[in-house]
Amino acid sequence: MTTQKRRRGLPRVEREEVTGKLLVIEGTDGVGRSTQISMLVPWIETHGHAVVLTGWNRSLLVSKLITSAKEGTLLNKVTYTLLYATDFADRLERVVIPALKAGMVVIADRYVGTAFARAGVREVDHEWMRELYSFAPKPDLTIYMRLDVDELLPRTLDRTRLNYWESGMDQHMGEDIHDSFIQYQGRLVQNYDEMAKEFGWHVVDARRTTEHTQVEIRRAVGELLGIPSERVHDRLKPLTALVDEEG
Amino acid sequence: MSAGSLVLNPLHSPHRYPGVLIVVEGIDGSGKSTQLKLLRRHLEAEGVGFKFTEWNSSELVKDTMKMGKKKNLLTPTTFSLLHATDFADRYYYEILPALKAGMVVLADRYVYTAFARDSVRGVEHAWVRNLYRFAAKPDLALYFKVPIDVSIDRLTSARANIKYHEAGMDLGLATNVIDSFRIFQGRVLDEYERITEEFGLQVVDAQMSIQRQQDIVRQFADKSIAAKSVRRVKA
Repeated sequence: MTTQKRRRGLPRVEREEVTGKLLVIEGTDGVGRSTQISMLVPWIETHGHAVVLTGWNRSLLVSKLITSAKEGTLLNKVTYTLLYATDFADRLERVVIPALKAGMVVIADRYVGTAFARAGVREVDHEWMRELYSFAPKPDLTIYMRLDVDELLPRTLDRTRLNYWESGMDQHMGEDIHDSFIQYQGRLVQNYDEMAKEFGWHVVDARRTTEHTQVEIRRAVGELLGIPSERVHDRLKPLTALVDEEG
Repeated sequence: MSAGSLVLNPLHSPHRYPGVLIVVEGIDGSGKSTQLKLLRRHLEAEGVGFKFTEWNSSELVKDTMKMGKKKNLLTPTTFSLLHATDFADRYYYEILPALKAGMVVLADRYVYTAFARDSVRGVEHAWVRNLYRFAAKPDLALYFKVPIDVSIDRLTSARANIKYHEAGMDLGLATNVIDSFRIFQGRVLDEYERITEEFGLQVVDAQMSIQRQQDIVRQFADKSIAAKSVRRVKA
């Protein structure tokens, strides 16, 4: 857990105050983050670590506003970006930082990477974005579940139907929602790929079976938390989802 | 548009839109809103088309802000981000289109209010300046400078009570609203001093008579407007 030296938007978090671990799961919509997290949490807890979950657009303060604003055409790319930053800051101050100080494992279903990827596709100023989120503590481990867009589409359709925002329809990228989805998600994947290199993310190939992917994630997490590697195959059955879908 | 295409910080270089951006700044009780209201009458009489916009007034975040304040959910950072969202909403749907249409924009508070208040709440200077980096530099930014005691006198005589956040009661500076206001707004005044220098705000002595101040305001405004070809409406 490393923290900002300078005082940013948020009050500074002193390194010595923080004994917990921040674990981030990144990836586009539909790669199976929620399923993986629901399998990972009981495994970590079995090894004696308290776990706290946080996820995109789950803040007390603005999640309802974001959801309702996205139903209409109220948002432009700057207000869209700022509202998600508000959601992020609220969860950070209310959930993430207190839990880290209490020595817990915080699992963030999406983190700054998602904000940067979405802003990147929308051509929001790069430096502005980076500075905006400069208060975010650096994760101890970021796992990036990677799937190409041609594999993502059938998976998304298997789970649900195409959605306006997940297809980037606000960006007028294609003839129809299918083309827009391909364009938009494809560019998101590009953005994630670049960040994976820049930030040294642990990349997991999400084409494999759920169980295989889980084992791979557990290996990385186990190393971080000091859980013996022979335990990664324990109880691989997915439990009922503990995690809501994000907005 | 946007945060999208910024190379230089527009807050430090003149904008190229045909319209004129006039903003008023100052602590609560400085009399800036009164002065802006009188300036509106002047522009109406002169047949100058204008768009009026006010700090923290967008419908987008109104309910959230109200709920956040009431339930005490806001931290300095989320307070700052919600104000920035309010501003961005008004900026892209009101301020920028009016400037592009060659209108005069009258803004009751602008980004400098955020710079002053958020800094006092403990948010980093550089961070909050970056937050508003998409905003155009005003053609005229008037800062109504007033001693803290004068503003307290005005507020306690004119209004029934000073609002919780206006007094910075969220910072726990004092248990009494007036004491808290004095400390909080005193610090805001110090920040405005720095900002005035940093951004070249035009200082108006807010202890002068209302008429005298308005004469000065109109002189400055007329000069800024004359420098551009703003849209005139039939008087």
